Amino acid sequence: MRFIDLHLCPSIKDVHQVEKMVSKSSELGYHLVGIPLLADVTRDEIRRLQKICGDVRVDLVTRADFAPKNPRELLDNLRHFRRRFEVVSVACLSKPVARQAAKDRRVDLLSFPAIDPRKRFFDYAEAELASKALSSLEIEMAPLLSSRGFSRIRLLSCLRKEAAVAKKFGVPIAISSGATNEYLMRGPQDYAALVALFDMPTPLALRALSETPMTMVERNREKLSPDYVAQGIRVIRRKRIVSAFKKTLSRS
Amino acid sequence: MFQRLRRRYLVLKVESEQTIQEKDIMNAVWTAIFQLFGEHGASQANLTPIDYNPQKGYAIVRCSHKALETVRASIASITEINEKPATVHVLGVSGTLRALRKKHSL
Repeated sequence: MRFIDLHLCPSIKDVHQVEKMVSKSSELGYHLVGIPLLADVTRDEIRRLQKICGDVRVDLVTRADFAPKNPRELLDNLRHFRRRFEVVSVACLSKPVARQAAKDRRVDLLSFPAIDPRKRFFDYAEAELASKALSSLEIEMAPLLSSRGFSRIRLLSCLRKEAAVAKKFGVPIAISSGATNEYLMRGPQDYAALVALFDMPTPLALRALSETPMTMVERNREKLSPDYVAQGIRVIRRKRIVSAFKKTLSRS
Repeated sequence: MFQRLRRRYLVLKVESEQTIQEKDIMNAVWTAIFQLFGEHGASQANLTPIDYNPQKGYAIVRCSHKALETVRASIASITEINEKPATVHVLGVSGTLRALRKKHSL
């Protein structure tokens, strides 16, 4: 099973920290890591990150995190930046944004703020929209580890409700670390044990750490490849097809 | 008829910038179990320290096989020991101490 951590949050400027966290990911058994990048990230910065990841045999997934204030801003962000990143996550800070993100097929991950339970808009309507648009619900584990007492109780309660709603409507769940330092990083089996706290069975948890994000990454990589035409249609040979087409034309 | 207790042995790797004693780890694990599952959950864990290597940061603990997931979740939730940032990773689980030592070369 190939495990994926879609949300590793090191400071991109701090190369030493990036190296430490990526090598820790590799040590913990992850094969792919997603690192959120700024919209204006340069090709050189991406290449540098790819080299750091390649040194420890981890595949890098470029990811963009949008936190739009309104649906208009979300649509603008998607129009401008969707094709530059392999995974797009939207932090749903208001209900209109959450609804727009759930029904837009360009959005891969729906994430909700962990601190404020009133801003977790993942209800039946949201789940129904998300299930039709192939979006996944992202559950970050770092807030669960760093919170204590009543805030953790409330967070667990919200996550239990959301996991049940997602299961009912067939919305895939992707579990990610959301770790900002290596002390908040855990192995896949540890996360599987932790998600049992909000009643997610272990096989489902392991799927949320491997198959679900892997399907998403593969689908997006295929879409971003120059050979992609539309769903189910891709260019398999260029030169020969063109030459054969010219021959046919010349004969006719 | 009295049924034999089934146990699980866990190898832990403790990561911290400070030097950590065995009792600090056990305190952290007990506190985590207590916070997540309360007195009832803690009473079912049957947690016992077996071995600790402070140089390498490896520890072996024993728990009831029924409480394995409880203990694992609690260990994963540890973020600090002695009020300093620390992590405890579960490296492996086994049914016998001999198999565990053999598998992890301890």
